[in-house]
Formats: sequence, structure tokens, C-alpha cells
Amino acid sequence: MTEQTLSLPPAAVGRTARPRRNAWRAMSWAVFGMGILYFALPLIGMIEFSLRKRRGTYSLDAYTSVLTDPQFQATFAYSVVMSLITIVLGLALVLPTALWVRIRLPRLRPVIEFITLLPLVVPVIVIAFGYLRMFNTSSFLPMTGTVTGTNVLLAFGYATLALPYMYRAIDNGLRTLDVQTLTEAAQILGAGWFTIIFRVMLPNVFTALLSGAFLTFSIVLGEYVFAALLDRPAFGPYMIWTGGNKAYEPAALAVIAFAITWGCMGLIQLAGRLFPHTRAKR
Amino acid sequence: MAYLTITHLEKSFGTTRVVRDFNLAVEKGEFISLLGPSGCGKTTVLRLVAGFEMPSAGSIQIDGRDVTGLRTTQRNIGMVFQAYALFPNLTVAQNVGFGLKVTGVARAEIDARVAEMLRLIGLPDLGGRYPFQLSGGQQQRVALARALAPKPRVLLLDEPLSALDAKIRVSLRQEIRQIQQQLGITTIFVTHDQEEALSMSDRVVVMNGGVAEQIGAPFEIYNRPATPFVASFVGSHTAFDALVVDPGTGTVTLGGAQVTLGQPMSGKAGSMVRLALRPEAAHLGRVAGCETVLDGRIAQVNFMGAIIRLTAMVGDTALTLDTFNRPDTPPPPVGSAVEISVAARDFITLGAS
Ligand SMILES: Nc1ncnc2c1ncn2[C@@H]1O[C@H](COP(=O)(O)OP(=O)(O)OP(=O)(O)O)[C@@H](O)[C@H]1O
Ligand SMILES: [Mg+2]
Repeated sequence: MTEQTLSLPPAAVGRTARPRRNAWRAMSWAVFGMGILYFALPLIGMIEFSLRKRRGTYSLDAYTSVLTDPQFQATFAYSVVMSLITIVLGLALVLPTALWVRIRLPRLRPVIEFITLLPLVVPVIVIAFGYLRMFNTSSFLPMTGTVTGTNVLLAFGYATLALPYMYRAIDNGLRTLDVQTLTEAAQILGAGWFTIIFRVMLPNVFTALLSGAFLTFSIVLGEYVFAALLDRPAFGPYMIWTGGNKAYEPAALAVIAFAITWGCMGLIQLAGRLFPHTRAKR
Repeated sequence: MAYLTITHLEKSFGTTRVVRDFNLAVEKGEFISLLGPSGCGKTTVLRLVAGFEMPSAGSIQIDGRDVTGLRTTQRNIGMVFQAYALFPNLTVAQNVGFGLKVTGVARAEIDARVAEMLRLIGLPDLGGRYPFQLSGGQQQRVALARALAPKPRVLLLDEPLSALDAKIRVSLRQEIRQIQQQLGITTIFVTHDQEEALSMSDRVVVMNGGVAEQIGAPFEIYNRPATPFVASFVGSHTAFDALVVDPGTGTVTLGGAQVTLGQPMSGKAGSMVRLALRPEAAHLGRVAGCETVLDGRIAQVNFMGAIIRLTAMVGDTALTLDTFNRPDTPPPPVGSAVEISVAARDFITLGAS
């Protein structure tokens, strides 16, 4: 295309190129606008609907109803705590593994990647039934016999579900670093593994880590199967229950969940700004 | 007793022997370069000294103490990497102070040492910057300061200049050497750039295929290469095949002329021997003290400024010779017949051919 336009006299270039570029621009704006509508319309509709609990006027009644529901408070708090536990568990599992694989066992990387993908392939219900068979009250490790045991089991289950996202997020973060050389540079200066992980690696993959943590958070918050099968009072089952029993509250709940999601994304952006070195590399 | 002693060092990866029977004794304060082509095992030797790899056999001693079994963290060695390897999340000052901080040095002492190091590398005001805000040359200087801050016993540098552009490479080369001499720190410098190795080092180790082929001062390496590989890898030369006439006195026939090299050679009379000649050992015209005169024809003239590099055909050998530029004497034109004088002692014997 450039060769053709170059061979034309200058006036002709202006005549043919400008309308074409304008048409192109209009097209992209149209597509962009359609995209916006596609995403925004359902959202607007949902917000509008969630405000109509009181007859004839807009109100926040649905939100008040949801937020003051003691069951909402209990299940939400339970899931938030569980997600925090899951995040810590996932980080403790994934960060050292990802580091070790990058530094010492680069040949094992495809294997590890495959393993971390398994939770996406194996249906959750299969994993959950597997857990119940392995750890029921008549097994060698009766974890479902106590509340604490069941909670621990649930956290492990959540960590498994979050594994693909957590691993990928952290591995992506490590990819931007020369992990091997940085580790060696730290070692020859006398740093042990604790220093290497917490002072060298963690701060440099902080944004990646946050996105891993955030993904884990949203997975745990919405998870239904595990919590239901293990019979724990989590937020996921509560949402399903509300959806089946109330009219306006589920919409309000969805808007709240959406706001939390956006809040988290804002936090990640903020973190990127607070740690200039992680931003400049991209 | 040398300060750093490497004895019978061996390293194999699987079945490939990457370092073979490597021996080196480095005096305190000495600057040693490991020079060799890519893949000859330079980095591996350095990593063995640093403790990143464990040797298959042999030992490493520093200051009379065997460190072969010690972990990297316990060896008290400084290292500068080709890719700088500064910690991106730490400022320049924090990078330089890192080694002191992990070993629990007091804050005030760290600050003082960091300031001293930044002054040493000529960047006293950049302590607050992050690595990504520095040029490559500045980053590498910070890396040097970081390696030197904990007062290591030995400094290792693995091709620290090869990621930089030519001008900075030369100036930083001099700067590194000057800092090294100022601190008197024992240093091993890895490079595949012979100019770097020859200009910076007290002694050069020329490596090939995991073996140290020759260890010696730059002058010695260049003028008396011990093996054909060293002769061909360091500097340029013209190779001749000559017929041995009398191995006892080192007399050969070369291009119709009989030359007595004055050093006995191993080949039998009637066998061929390979000789090498440096471009600066061949002189245009007849020169006093040069017994051998070869007839040649100028094939190429490369004017390089201070030096003019000529290529002359002697028989069917293309001989390169360097002459100094002189404003009153233009170089001979291409195609002209010339006489080339060589002192017999300037021939380097490369071995049988
Ligand atoms: N971890 C390893 N596993 C297997 N082989 C290795 C390993 N490290 C190095 N090698 C091999 O050992 C040989 C020497 O490598 P080394 O890095 O020491 O070379 P070098 O002299 O530093 O080369 P360059 O100038 O390219 O840096 C190479 O053939 C390389 O492939
Ligand atoms: Mg190397």
C-alpha cells in the first residue's frame, strides 16, 4: 500500500488517503461504541433494577436490605476471611515453587504448568467428592468431623481452584525479572533465601502478586460447589439462595460484587503507582 | 603462597567436560583476565570460584583457606555480572548497601560506606535514583560499587563491559583498572575481547576448550604464544609453511631464502613447520638487523590513521604488515614490488604442519 501511495503525486495522496483514514476511524469508533454498549447496557439495567424495590420511585432499599441482613454479613465475612487464608496459602505454595522452578529446575517448567492447569480441567465437583471420600469421618484423616477441619479442607480446596491463576500471575511477574542472576547477585552479597524471597523477589513481583491475590479473592467470594458440598456458611451459597428467594436483592448483591471488583482493580493500579520500578519496566 | 589458588579444577556437565585440569595462582592485588572464545569455560571457572557451581574435582583456596566446600554466601567474594543485575526495587544507595545490610552492619556505617563507594565510582549524587533511571554505564558502575562495598577478598567480573557501547567500554575499562589498583583488590576478569584483556591485566589466562593454554603477562602472551591457538587467538598474524633444514639450529627454507631462527625445533630435517609473523614484525624495505629479506607485491593498502596496514603477496602467501604513518612518505601503491625485511627472531614457531 505504501509503495502505491508513494508513486502518486502529492495531491493524489491527500485525496485518496484522507477519506480512507476517516472511514477507518469512524469504523473503529463504531466498534468501540458497540463494545461499550454491550458491556454497559446490562450493567445499567441491573443497577436500575436494583434501585426499584420501593414502588414508583428509586431507592436504596434493596441495598439496605442486603447490607443489614445478618446472614449477608456473616457469610460475607466468612468468605473474606477464607479468601485471605487462601491467598496466604496460595502464595506460600506458589511463590517458592515458581522461584525454585525458574532457578533450579527450568526443565520441569512445562510439567509444573500442566499441574497448575489441572484444576481448570478437572471439574470442581469431582475434586470435592474426592475430598469427601478421602477425608470423611470414617477415613484415616477425618477432617470433615470438625468445623476447623472442614474449614481447613475448604481453604485447601480454594487454593487448588486458585492455583492456575495464582501460578500464572506470579510466573508472569517473575518473567520480567532475571530471577537467576538476581538470586546469584543477592547470594554473593551474603543474602539467604529469606532475604532473597522477601527483599528481592516479592517487592519486584508485587503488582503481579496483587493481581494473583485479587483473582483468588474473587474466585473464593463467588465459589459455590465446594462450600455447598462441605456445608460451610460461605458467600457463594448465600448468593444462590438469595437469587432463588428474593427479587431486587440479587441485583443489589451483583452491583456490590461489581463495585468490589472495580475497587480491587483500582488498588492494583494504585500499587503500580506507589512502586515506580515495577511500572517503568513494562 | 598465592592469595587465590585454583588446583586441578575440573567441571563436567553430564558427560561434557567444560573445565579441565585448570590451575591458577593469583597473587594478592593482582588483576587476572580469563580470555578465550565463546564456550571455552571462562564463566564456568568464575562460577566455580564464586560457589555457584560445585567442581567435579579439584580445589579452590583463598588466603590459605580451602573454600571449595563453602556456600556462596560464606565466601566473601564480590561479583559484577554482564547484565548488571541491580535490584530494580532498590535505589542506588540501597543496592550498594545491600551486602552490608544483610550481614547486619550498623546503619550509620552503611551510610558512610555507601557514600564512599558512590564517590569512588564518580556518582556521588545519584544515590536516590532507581536503576531504571540510569544509563548502562552508570548501572554497571553501581554494580561495581555494590560488589566492592562489603570489602570482598576477591572481585570477579564476568564480561562486565560487553553490554555497553564502544566509547563507554574503553573509558570504563580504564576506570575499573584504576579502582582495582587503588583498592589493591585481587581480581579475575572474564572477557572474550583480547584488547580488553591485554590492556587491563597483570596476567592473562588464555583458555580454549576448558583448558588454560597459557598464563602470562600480556607482553609474554602476545610475543611468545605458547601454543598455535594462543598465537592465532591473540593478535593477528601471517602463517607460513617452511621446510626444516636443520632442526638443531632452527634453520628453515622460506620462500626460497634460508632462515636461521636461532631456536631448536622439534621437527625432523625435511619436514614442514608452521611459522607465524606479527604484522608489526615485518618491515618495508631493507632494515638494519633484519637478516631475512622477502620479495613481495603490494595487494592491498588500508590506511587506518596512525597505522597503515599493508597486505603483500609473498609467493602465494598474503602477508600483513603494519607501518606507522609518516606525513612525508605516502604508502606504496597497490601492485608495486617491495622488499620486506624480517628479523629471524621475530618468527613464532607454531609447530609441525
Ligand atoms: N549449567 C550448564 N549445563 C550444561 N552445560 C553448561 C552449563 N553451563 C555451561 N555449560 C556449557 O559449558 C561450556 C562453557 O560454558 P561457559 O559459559 O563457561 O563459556 P564461556 O567461556 O563463558 O562462553 P561465553 O564467552 O559465551 O560466555 C559451554 O559449552 C556451555 O554450553
Ligand atoms: Mg561467559
